[in-house]
Amino acid sequence: MSLKNKLHNLKEQYKGTKMAPAFNAIHTFLYLPNETTHAGAHVRGADDLKRTMNMVILAMVPCLIWGMFNAGYQHYSAIAGGTPEFVSFFDHLKYFFTLDNLLIGAKKVLPLVIVSYVVGLAIEFLFAVIKKHEVEEGYLVTGMLVPLIVPIDTPLWMLSIAVAFGVVIGKEVFGGTGMNVLNPALTIRAFLFFAYPTWMSGDKVWVHDAVNRVGTPDAISGETMLGMLAQKKDLTYGMDEAFFGFIPGSVGETSTLLIALGALILIFSKIASWRIIASGIVGALAMGLIFNGVIAQGWITEGSKFYDLMNLPFWNHLLIGGFAFGITFMATDPVSGAQTNKGKVWYGFLIGFFAVMIRVFNPAYPEGIMLAILLMNVFAPTIDHYVVQGNINKRLKRLKVKTA
Amino acid sequence: MSKDIRIKKGLDISLQGAAEKQLAQAIKSNTYAINPDDFHGVIPKIIAKVGTEVKAGSPLFYSKSNDQILFNSPVSGEVVEIVRGAKRKILSFKVLADKEQQYEDFGAKNVASMSGDQVKSHLLQAGCWPFIKQRPYDIIANPEVAPKAIFVSGHNSAPLAADLDYVLAGKENELDAAITALSKLTSGKVHVSVNNQASPLAKVGNAEVHTLSGPHPIGNVSTQIAKVDPINKGEIVWVVSAQDLVIIGELLLTGKYNATRKIAVAGSSVKSPKYYETKIGAEVSTFAYDAGINGDNVRMINGNVLTGITVAPDGHLASTVDTFTVIPEGNDYEFFGWNKPIFNKISYSRALTFSWLFPKKKYDLNTNTNGEHRAFVVTGNYEEVFPLDIYPLQLLKAFSYNDLDEMEKLGAYEIAPEDFALTEFVCVSKQNHQEIVRKGLDLMYKEIG
Repeated sequence: MSLKNKLHNLKEQYKGTKMAPAFNAIHTFLYLPNETTHAGAHVRGADDLKRTMNMVILAMVPCLIWGMFNAGYQHYSAIAGGTPEFVSFFDHLKYFFTLDNLLIGAKKVLPLVIVSYVVGLAIEFLFAVIKKHEVEEGYLVTGMLVPLIVPIDTPLWMLSIAVAFGVVIGKEVFGGTGMNVLNPALTIRAFLFFAYPTWMSGDKVWVHDAVNRVGTPDAISGETMLGMLAQKKDLTYGMDEAFFGFIPGSVGETSTLLIALGALILIFSKIASWRIIASGIVGALAMGLIFNGVIAQGWITEGSKFYDLMNLPFWNHLLIGGFAFGITFMATDPVSGAQTNKGKVWYGFLIGFFAVMIRVFNPAYPEGIMLAILLMNVFAPTIDHYVVQGNINKRLKRLKVKTA
Repeated sequence: MSKDIRIKKGLDISLQGAAEKQLAQAIKSNTYAINPDDFHGVIPKIIAKVGTEVKAGSPLFYSKSNDQILFNSPVSGEVVEIVRGAKRKILSFKVLADKEQQYEDFGAKNVASMSGDQVKSHLLQAGCWPFIKQRPYDIIANPEVAPKAIFVSGHNSAPLAADLDYVLAGKENELDAAITALSKLTSGKVHVSVNNQASPLAKVGNAEVHTLSGPHPIGNVSTQIAKVDPINKGEIVWVVSAQDLVIIGELLLTGKYNATRKIAVAGSSVKSPKYYETKIGAEVSTFAYDAGINGDNVRMINGNVLTGITVAPDGHLASTVDTFTVIPEGNDYEFFGWNKPIFNKISYSRALTFSWLFPKKKYDLNTNTNGEHRAFVVTGNYEEVFPLDIYPLQLLKAFSYNDLDEMEKLGAYEIAPEDFALTEFVCVSKQNHQEIVRKGLDLMYKEIG
């Protein structure tokens, strides 16, 4: 008897029992189910939610791999007292793609991935069994996003608590995948940030081992570029390094190049909305230009604590911090984002706009994209409401012209 | 006068097994069945009890909501069985056909000199009223309320559907008579839309002819109504399918109710897909096995693959269809079917699905859902295949949570379930959109009327 038949028989045995959703979740990973259409169209398109989610994960894999090497690269650079001089991208790769770097990455990043998936999926399975529905695929993407947006030295227990909080409060209480108001991955990130602020900010968590070495003769520091700007320090990295991703930061967010590749994959495969990504970039550039203009007018002078970030050339905002990652992989979440095409343009624009604004005005934690997306998640239904209202008004107007 | 209706949004699903343009005569069916469920919302009241001898055109039953609306027997013979289901619901009327067909004589008419009321009472009396459907709600038209316009679509854009230019050829006189009669039923216009100027419908008088171009659902009447004369709250539009015009036309010209129809027998499981001449209610087996069926794990569909109804091999041809489709059942598992690259299925996305590379290729799709039912997650994909100025996701949600006010505002009066067949096809969450829409419209009809 083949595996297919064995699993089919098992499925029939589990049918109607409490464990059926759990079994089906595993079964459907191996085999596309034998379900046929019963109402409506007799043939259906090839895509299901698993394929869609899988595509998003594939688009993030380059960022994950880069993040693993970068963990080691930043660690050893910090120990050596500074990064090697950046000459060109391909020249620099010889410092980057080394086995030592990968080993640090594997040691630090893979546990984050595993903990994120194990804790999150366990909760999903539990809720599916309790509420007797199938295990939905939403967490496949969330589980991959989470390790990519946390600092490398995040303790695993902290991550577990945050994931549990994010999945239960951010998603399950609303009814599971498709019903949540906030992006679950960002809810997890925000929980980490607000519950453990001393860990999640400052200049010690971004490079592996920096925290342990505080106060010892071997102390190392690893500040993000945003941190340096907010502290009014000189940037030690160039914009080219930031673009390629040889900078400290959350695990997967450093390489704008690979994120752009992911964005292209998502847009080409029609998974993510190009409207959100494009208008988000426009929004960020617009806010950046406004700040540059404020500096040019001389309203803010060098003494101000906002000066350095405001003075940053407007397009640099796209390369540093988590902006590119957030606008590509999290603003485009269809559930928590705006759902109408017109709404998506406004939603994306405002995310970009607020992300840069929060960045500049919030030097304690100079990363605006997280809060900007969460803020716009809350306002997305309002944006949609006005867009849909426009359609309703058009219909009413047509009726009035008729009756007048 | 000819006007153009163009759309860009939509999707042509190209499938294997399109019907060859050659006509075969179906074997004469022993029994014919009329299934009240083919006419949505009709509760039948029996006229012809079991054992009654009927002629072709004699009424079998009437609608409980309006006793003027009669439903005809397609052939002469004896009513041998009234099949009942749960709670004694009537499922079908079966008529054992005579060898020699006898027709009820309703009298030939001079259409040009008839008044609107005369046309109406003639159609009601002759049992041709069920061919006229109304928007909103997509149900049989209420004869008491005059429509603002009447629409006839002369183009089937659904996958594998019968080519109306072919099946209507040579019926110009009947079509012309029927359109003339319909034009007396409305104070507005009769709008006829055709795929090209060669269509037999392109030359009819007493109607405004529109030329269509664009992908499916260009042939759906809702698309045409929205482009020509959108339905507002309180307005009613009637819709007649082109094949039914032939029956109405023949009734007017000869006085006979002739239920003969040319249907396309199509689909990848049919050995030699072609057109058959048969009658409404004929046994499916009288043409399906003549065309040949590949294998026995197949699904037979009364209608096209998007909007048709599953029928058993011993079932009967539905009253309302011009296409009969047979496709393979998809009740099998597919190893790693959710993540491996897919070349043999149609997809609207490009998520490791490669149908976008081969726009000309014809596909052999089966009935597998290609995934499990999920909540609505993905947004923006319905809009790409939905040409009306309506927000499909928002309207579906309004239907799902029974918000009558919102349904009305979002344009529920303008649509029929068939308009949501394509959004259903591309739906990543595998929701049954047409069922959601049908239930929602029924609720609206019940509550608002």
